[in-house]
Amino acid sequence: MDKMPKWADVILTPLISLVLAMAISALVILAIGESPTEALKTMVDGALGSSYGWGFTLYYTTNFIFTGLAVAVAYHASLFNIGGEGQAMLGGLGVALVALALPWPHWGIALPAAMIGAALFGALWALIPAWLQAKRGSHIVITTIMFNFIAAALLNYVLVNILRPVGSMDPASARFPEGAHLPSLADMAAGLGIEWGKNTPVNITFFIAMLACVLVWLLIWRTRLGYEIRAFGRSEPAARYAGINPVRIIVITMLISGALAGLMAINNVMGEAERLVLNAVEGAGFIGIAVALMGRNHPFGVFLAALLFGFLYQGGGELALWTSIPRELIVVIQALVILFTGALDNMVRMPLERIFLSMRKLGNG
Amino acid sequence: MDFPTIIQILDSAVRLMTPLLLACLAGLYSERSGVFDIGLEGKMLMAAFTSASIAFVTGSPWLGLLAGIGGAMLLSLIHGLASITFRGNQLISGVAINFLASGMTVLLGIKIFGLGGRTPALTGGGRFGEITLPFAETLRDVPLLGPIYADLISGHTILVYVAFLCVPLTWWVLFRTRFGLRLRAVGENPASVDTAGVSVTRLRFVAVIIAGVLCGLAGAYLATGLSAGFVKEMTAGRGFIALAALIFAKWRPVSALGATFLFGLLEAIANRYPNLDLGVITIPSMFMNALPYILTVIILAGFVGRAIPPRAGGEPYVKER
Repeated sequence: MDKMPKWADVILTPLISLVLAMAISALVILAIGESPTEALKTMVDGALGSSYGWGFTLYYTTNFIFTGLAVAVAYHASLFNIGGEGQAMLGGLGVALVALALPWPHWGIALPAAMIGAALFGALWALIPAWLQAKRGSHIVITTIMFNFIAAALLNYVLVNILRPVGSMDPASARFPEGAHLPSLADMAAGLGIEWGKNTPVNITFFIAMLACVLVWLLIWRTRLGYEIRAFGRSEPAARYAGINPVRIIVITMLISGALAGLMAINNVMGEAERLVLNAVEGAGFIGIAVALMGRNHPFGVFLAALLFGFLYQGGGELALWTSIPRELIVVIQALVILFTGALDNMVRMPLERIFLSMRKLGNG
Repeated sequence: MDFPTIIQILDSAVRLMTPLLLACLAGLYSERSGVFDIGLEGKMLMAAFTSASIAFVTGSPWLGLLAGIGGAMLLSLIHGLASITFRGNQLISGVAINFLASGMTVLLGIKIFGLGGRTPALTGGGRFGEITLPFAETLRDVPLLGPIYADLISGHTILVYVAFLCVPLTWWVLFRTRFGLRLRAVGENPASVDTAGVSVTRLRFVAVIIAGVLCGLAGAYLATGLSAGFVKEMTAGRGFIALAALIFAKWRPVSALGATFLFGLLEAIANRYPNLDLGVITIPSMFMNALPYILTVIILAGFVGRAIPPRAGGEPYVKER
């Protein structure tokens, strides 16, 4: 029998961890001489108070869904993919190469092509660490981190020496053709006669991200491959004994994970910037780790956690704009969420289990 | 390439390998005791920030060094709490510590100094000065050995010598003392140490704290010895490179010296020749900068020999009841 009911495991523990992380964040804000309540009010107003704020919140949410799913899928196979940042960078390169290759007549054609480019490049960037882990036993955590650094150097080289238009000083690609312009949610709402979220970057990719959540759920819990991934993640010797090939699972899982991280580029590179710039990912790959841990590696949890971090990210931007609290507060909150929901999980879980056990004894006695 | 150039590159390699060596030894203590530590990066970063801030405010690099050790140790204790006391995932804890350091240093830096995350430049007495060893000037004219002594061995800050002394010291502690024997045992088979009546928790905490002290030295050297002040993200992956060097050195202190020297040399060459001209092709600077990271991947891939980590590494110890 489980020590505590399922709802306590799935909802209560992450919620308490989140409250603890937020409480410490509030202390940090107090310590630098600002008011936590004012900060929270500014964040809520800025991120959720208007359709303009929502437009940005949902844009960031879209990024974090992809990177969160990437971490979650790998985590089901007990692989800790910290390379989402680099994979998303390379995904951006894939999108840029596709978008700049042809004078696309319509986004409806450009989008699937760019998605293939993004997923392919992201997956390729995950393939080498995956192969090294599977075949050579080199630790995937460190190799994926190294690949983030190498991706940044590679992108820098490609942007400066290959993709940079003649005469431009900026390390950035040319603008994508008109036909590769994705419809924003504001355009789509306007088509229905609703004025919503003017001049915000959230675009059709948001729906693709939600679709990705459903597909990942189907993959993990409704397919043979998903079963093998979970079995492998639970116990490698048992999976091996059951005839599951570890090399195949590691490589396939990381390819899916990298492809998901790469797909984020549809949102930020094709949907928002419409050209490839340096540091287009802005740390979203790392936030994916917090999102996956917070969301308990379940696609629905990832969606909710991505929404939370979308709010934090947009709210953090507003904080930097209106108060003297720097943007980096978000990195601190992100670190605390990872610490409490990930590493200090037992600190919350052990007392809770004790409470539930004693309650059950009282109920029986 | 002439002799003085080689001496200059080697000299720069010694400077650049010092933080790697200290961090590598920090990881060695931690991992030999069975606690994985990918938070070396964050601890170094935090130490760099606290040491630069205190050195600037007080004008004393020694107080800065203490503050650096304190900053790194605080994060070490968090890591110990998460991975030893609460038996959490050591990798996740390390990742959290890296982000915590990355966010807190900039947050506090902007708030305190208002320079966009930097600390004000340290001048004169705020930094560790270079030590000229005795007779360095008089011996300079001796052919071959003179310049090696005067330019390569002499003229570093005290922390460089401390780092190099830490290598034999670590070897002695690890292989010649009772504590070292227990430390190695707890990383291989904690149950046996427990059966012998020695506390696994205490041993691992001591190891994690030693790692904090060494990361503190590494960070302080980065900010008050190698450069003059703290810059955002100034560790630039050195913590991870140190981990790769640790694996390359197969968790042995003397080999760690060679492994970190290799990385220091690579960085020194990349700094000296941003665009390396090999006659046929010119290697672009981006590639040269990425070289340490690429080498890390190659080393991790085991193409340079098989490395077997401490057997109980990464596993929290649950006492039998």
